[in-house]
Amino acid sequence: MTEHDHHHHDHSELSETELRVRALETILTEKGYVDPAALDAIIQAYETKIGPHNGARVVAKAWSDPAFRQFLLEDASKAVGTLGHVSRVGDHLVAVENTPTRHNMVVCTLCSCYPWEMLGLPPVWYKAAPYRSRAVKDPRGVLADFGVSLPRETEIRVWDSTAETRFLVLPMRPEGTDGWNEPQLAELVTRDSMIGTGFPKRPGASS
Amino acid sequence: MNGVHDMGGMDGFGKVEVEPNEPMFHSEWEARVLAMVRAMGAAGAFNIDASRFYRETLPPDIYLASSYYQKWLLGLEDLLIDKGYIAASEIAAGHAIEPAKPLKRGKFTVGDVERVMVRGKFGRNAPAPARFKPGDRVRAKNMHPATHTRLPRYTRGHVGVVERNLGCNVFPDSAAMEAGENPQWLYTVVFDGAELWGPDADPTVKISIDAFEPYLEGA
Repeated sequence: MTEHDHHHHDHSELSETELRVRALETILTEKGYVDPAALDAIIQAYETKIGPHNGARVVAKAWSDPAFRQFLLEDASKAVGTLGHVSRVGDHLVAVENTPTRHNMVVCTLCSCYPWEMLGLPPVWYKAAPYRSRAVKDPRGVLADFGVSLPRETEIRVWDSTAETRFLVLPMRPEGTDGWNEPQLAELVTRDSMIGTGFPKRPGASS
Repeated sequence: MNGVHDMGGMDGFGKVEVEPNEPMFHSEWEARVLAMVRAMGAAGAFNIDASRFYRETLPPDIYLASSYYQKWLLGLEDLLIDKGYIAASEIAAGHAIEPAKPLKRGKFTVGDVERVMVRGKFGRNAPAPARFKPGDRVRAKNMHPATHTRLPRYTRGHVGVVERNLGCNVFPDSAAMEAGENPQWLYTVVFDGAELWGPDADPTVKISIDAFEPYLEGA
């Protein structure tokens, strides 16, 4: 028991937690384990360097460039490594392609494994019990929670991220985008379409 | 361990609730916790598998009642106490009391941040040839270690097909216990929905896991 546990309930859960976090950071700093400025820099890096725009750029390129699409599906780590600023992805990225007959969906039933470098930090729902428990048993039911429905005969492949492999869904290119360039296409690529719980935006649809 | 974290196939948690325009962090403390975990890991206080194991070993009621970053905080405290970097008395006091324990890679400073943002490499040289190849039928072993494992319960005892050899990787079951990297072959193994969930399962569904060779036997 810490002394925080003895507080009366006039504090919110949040402020109890905040006190505890501050205490831990103070201890780590006083013991010389971390420089608080380095913690600031980590947070800033997460806030500015990663996010679904990285994945969207990869998807848009795959839609535009058949040779890159092939490379991506064969070795996503190497393919993404050729794109400069999204080269921090490491060795364990796998891209899986949606087709008219197969839909891919990614989960981590054991914790929260997610392609951070491609999509940023995962949303709360991805890390929470409803998604983690049901995605492998009732993926169509989960998709319905997202307002997504697939033809009855479409094969659904659920990828449970149980090791260090990270999965990026390559969604199908929306109709009506002939002649679009990569930045225009990237605007249509949503985070959820790269997890497999959504589709890309349609041309002209409001976001 | 057969913990509450191993959620695949459990019922009763309700609908997926999506928060529109969700922020990256809901409070500043969440970001601080994330940064402390990354920094202490990078400084060599623990590996990623140990940090997962410490979240899994939170008591089930605490695990289920805590938000994601609360679990990270509680796991981090327990881990740092167990490894001797901090003391419970220090958490109670809110400041350092005991002498510091040297970190494997020294104090985490601004110059180390770049390293944190590059994903780790888990591939290792293979100590032996791969036992399975794509197309092989394999059974996930009926195994229930009390320690860390990445073989989800819902697959144990069931037969799937090897789809891809992902190379030889650090074995989390060993690494989490600080028993060495013990590299093992890793495979994507695909199961039919009906194999896992019975004859009433949606026939269009297939589920895959990434399974280390010690989790598998020929079928």
